[in-house]
Amino acid sequence: MTTTLAFLSEFADGIEFIFSSRESNTGGVQVGGSQLLDLLWEHLKLSGVAVVISCLVAVPLALWLGHIGRGELLATSVANVGRAVPTLAVIAFFIAYLGVGFTNVALALVLLAIPPILTNTYVAVRQVDREVVDAARGMGLSAVQVVRKVELPMALPGIFAGIRTSVVNVVATATIAPLGGVITLGDPIINSSVYGDAGRLGASIVVAVLAVGTELVFAGLQRAVTPRGLKLQSGDAPRRRPFAFPKRRIQTSP
Amino acid sequence: MTIQQLMRRIGVVLAMLALTFALAACGDDDEAAQPAQTSGEEKSAKLIQSNPDNTAQTVTIGSKNFTEQFILGEIYAQGLQAAGYKVKKQLNLGSELIAFRSVKRGDVDAYPEYTGTALTSFFDVKTDDIPKDEQQAYEQTKAGFAKDGLTALPPTPFTDANAVGMTKARASELGITKISDLAEKAGDLTLSGSPECRQRTDCKLGIERTYGFKFGKYLPVELASRHEVLKKKQADASIVFTTDGQIVAEDLVVLEDDKQLFPPYNVTLVVRDETVKAAGPDMPKVIAQVQEGLTTEVMQELNSRVDIDKEKPEDVAAAYLKESGYIE
Amino acid sequence: MPIPAPLAQVQIRRRDADSCVADNGFCPDWIVDNLDRYGTPFLQHVYLTVAAVAIGFAIAFGLALLAHRRRWLVGPITAATGILYTLPSLAVFFLLQPLTGRGTLTALIALVSYTLLIIFRNVMTGLDNVPTETKDAGRGVGLTDRQLLWRVELPLAVPEILAGVRIAATTTVGLATLAFFAGAGGLGGQIFSDINFKSNVVVGGGLCVALAVALDVIVLSAQRLLTPWQRAR
Repeated sequence: MTTTLAFLSEFADGIEFIFSSRESNTGGVQVGGSQLLDLLWEHLKLSGVAVVISCLVAVPLALWLGHIGRGELLATSVANVGRAVPTLAVIAFFIAYLGVGFTNVALALVLLAIPPILTNTYVAVRQVDREVVDAARGMGLSAVQVVRKVELPMALPGIFAGIRTSVVNVVATATIAPLGGVITLGDPIINSSVYGDAGRLGASIVVAVLAVGTELVFAGLQRAVTPRGLKLQSGDAPRRRPFAFPKRRIQTSP
Repeated sequence: MTIQQLMRRIGVVLAMLALTFALAACGDDDEAAQPAQTSGEEKSAKLIQSNPDNTAQTVTIGSKNFTEQFILGEIYAQGLQAAGYKVKKQLNLGSELIAFRSVKRGDVDAYPEYTGTALTSFFDVKTDDIPKDEQQAYEQTKAGFAKDGLTALPPTPFTDANAVGMTKARASELGITKISDLAEKAGDLTLSGSPECRQRTDCKLGIERTYGFKFGKYLPVELASRHEVLKKKQADASIVFTTDGQIVAEDLVVLEDDKQLFPPYNVTLVVRDETVKAAGPDMPKVIAQVQEGLTTEVMQELNSRVDIDKEKPEDVAAAYLKESGYIE
Repeated sequence: MPIPAPLAQVQIRRRDADSCVADNGFCPDWIVDNLDRYGTPFLQHVYLTVAAVAIGFAIAFGLALLAHRRRWLVGPITAATGILYTLPSLAVFFLLQPLTGRGTLTALIALVSYTLLIIFRNVMTGLDNVPTETKDAGRGVGLTDRQLLWRVELPLAVPEILAGVRIAATTTVGLATLAFFAGAGGLGGQIFSDINFKSNVVVGGGLCVALAVALDVIVLSAQRLLTPWQRAR
């Protein structure tokens, strides 16, 4: 009983940290409450930059590879390697070899964000119904037009699934960005002596809520960009396994 | 997946293992510099005697999570071992909050803590109120720990305080020898320190308030990188510690703290009351003995051996105890 | 303060910053001499990964078997495991601490919860992908539902299930590098202890990747052992 009460009170402290500002453990400065907004902004900025750059790199590349039908080995290998390398190691590698700073950490995050987008886009393009593509070619569309007007719209849900996975990964990894000099929401967690235990718990709650929120937003976006035709065609599948749809394809390839 | 792909993957793993063993086979062994020999009499006077009464007592030594703490933890542990105690080590507990909780709970029996850290982090003393006199700071710390059932043993000779360091080249370029010299130029300079330093009154916040200027830019880095940023010219000045080995090795300049902002940080071994009682008179004696040789210069040397030469803390501690004549 | 013992006893060395280590390079000599530093963290890492995947598999497999016959469970289970999957592991380590304290238990709980969605999804997909004709044939031969599940559906689902285990294993290796924040050790702690030293980061990270590849190969071999009919193709 006492342990339950104890941990409930710790959570209460943590939540209080989120909403009210107080003097830091070592004195002299305010932490908590609205100060968290600065951390949140830095967190979102870093994540946003990394995801945008990785999209700009990965989506065109995968679209093209998927269109010409080559590079399956590359797509699956990138996914496998991307999963096997731990995020801490990548960030540590960048710090050791390039030094600290926003650019270097963002670069490390870009590297982490590319695999899911690349693989999901590639698979999504490959999954586009060949008959529709042939019909488009038959109608006289050029290669670029086929990609833009047929393959891209039909692959959009799959592409978005990849972006969704990446965004959640990046938001989660941005929590350890303070190791590289970028002060995000991970600061109270990693450097807790100024913020205290309440600060660490409070920041953990905010990070968790942020990650789940991001997932829900992008799940909604994914559903929004799915053309109605595709939704009807696949019937139950997206609704029953909303997280699974394109990822399932990657897992079955050995 | 085909047989070929499977074999290829197995081949990759085997290649990695083979590479590791190949490196092991070609490895060289470098010997550390041989220590000077002490005279016969001095040696036996300082040698720690093993007391059979102590074998019944087990002591668990903990430490916080950085080099100096590892070395100190090892020194205390090996010293107590030489005196005949059964010693268990749980170094690398984490930050001071975690270490404090561990010793209060009994997960460890003792760990080395800094007087300044204890006062600010545990006993709610504002940095400005910490006594600048080392002995007074220790007395206050001791009183604070006593309330939690902990004994703070007498402190080390060295104090490991925060300091502002710059490369010799940069300091002479700007003509700076003490912190107040930075006043006019600070707006164009970059200071580097740990992320929490921005908000600590014994760190950046305190500098800006006490000396009355603001740095142009602040680069937060993890503690381990505090000298790298100076070398890589990513910062003009960095918050360093007075016992950092790199100060000597890399010829850094430690700016004089002319307004005496930084409080003293001597190390005191914080021990549970029960352990002190059960361990008998040998424990405080041994601790005081092994601490005697820990001056700032010696601590810098020991830190260098771990941070720069990348030796293991337990080897460095053993070498210190041997070179100083405490153990054979 | 007592006068300290003569400090000439401890030899102060001159350091010329000429050595590989002082220059912060990639130093095979140092690596070879210090390989034992990585021993315990590596074993801790292996333990965390294998235990997490094993426990996660047991739970997720059980859930999937439950949901196989009661389809209405699939949605809620997917949503619940999905939320666990989305929570950043670092946050979970600290959210659990008031409850389970610091140590291996906290790390394991967080790592296990991360594997649940992956394995659950894959077991479900594997079972769902069994062709209806095969199931009908089985029923036609007189197999009960239970026999059908264990003798027909599950064996045919093995590739998909083990694919899920492989993915869970490789992602868990990556996540376990953060386990030192929860006080459970692992290779991450060793990397973090000298994050600027190139040799250290390369060896620590390299061991993680090697472990992931090794686990991948082991599970793949198990898959080939368990599905002899696929080899004939």
